[in-house]
Amino acid sequence: MIFSYEILLLLLMLVTAAGAIMVKDLMSAVLLLGSYSFFLALVWAWLGAVDVAFVEAVVGAGLATVLFLLTLFRTAPKDTRLRRPPPSLTTLIVFPLLGVLLLYAANDLPGFGDPNSPASVHISPTYLQQSYQDTHTPNVVTSVLMDYRSLDTMVETVVIFASGIACALLLRRHG
Amino acid sequence: MIRPHDSIIVQTLGRFVIPVVQIFGLYVLFFGQYGPGGGFVGGVILGAGMILSVLIFGHDASRSQYARNVLHGDGVGMLIYAGVGGLCMIGGGEFLNYANLDIPGLETASRRSLGIVLTQIGVAVDVAVTAVSIVFSLSAEEIMEDSING
Repeated sequence: MIFSYEILLLLLMLVTAAGAIMVKDLMSAVLLLGSYSFFLALVWAWLGAVDVAFVEAVVGAGLATVLFLLTLFRTAPKDTRLRRPPPSLTTLIVFPLLGVLLLYAANDLPGFGDPNSPASVHISPTYLQQSYQDTHTPNVVTSVLMDYRSLDTMVETVVIFASGIACALLLRRHG
Repeated sequence: MIRPHDSIIVQTLGRFVIPVVQIFGLYVLFFGQYGPGGGFVGGVILGAGMILSVLIFGHDASRSQYARNVLHGDGVGMLIYAGVGGLCMIGGGEFLNYANLDIPGLETASRRSLGIVLTQIGVAVDVAVTAVSIVFSLSAEEIMEDSING
């Protein structure tokens, strides 16, 4: 009998995600989505990706919930009424097939923490061995993100900046 | 337009929690070189603290004034990040190659470390301003009138 926190977290994620889709009230859906993000953050932390867990907890569970709620408060009830047509036949056939296909493909993925997986034999050893001599930064993730891959990070920052500008242009009418 | 929250519990809690959130954001930002964290997360946490202040004390409170003033800094983060890249080019190297930052008395690795710190501050400023800016855009008064009239 395999029981671990992982199973429990995945179950909670499934329940909250399904609940966010099925629930009638949009406000409850938003709150369920926030709790889903929180459980996802716990999963990231459990997998050792603490950076991602931070972002998921703050952005997914905190900021996104606030933004959704603000939008709900500012829209009239007629805009937010749920129209949920029954799923079409294509949806019922294609999506389970897609799921089966993904599960089948997931068999070929390398195991978690496998030292011989393509990702950990290509360039990661170089970063792990040299990043401290190169940059005097103990955290390899930071040195890869901000030094070796600095241009990528800059363009990501441009994307965030552009999203803020776009929201201001679309939503603020005066000033 | 967000009005101050009525409940004294929420207001008192906000007074205690918001400084802690801000300090934690700065800690995550500057500790990013030694542990998990970094510019993006630190900026988001700083922004979240300011948003909390706006949600609890309202748009017009003096406590939200800082969040409102932050909006004038739109683009400063990008300027810091790209400016570091430009300084590297002035120093005679490629764009964003921190080894060419023209600072006397520092060896190459320390220059790169300094470049990482500076760009992280740039990312954090950009992300924090964007988060606050989106909340202000969504809660501006004009939108409500528009949705009623339209």
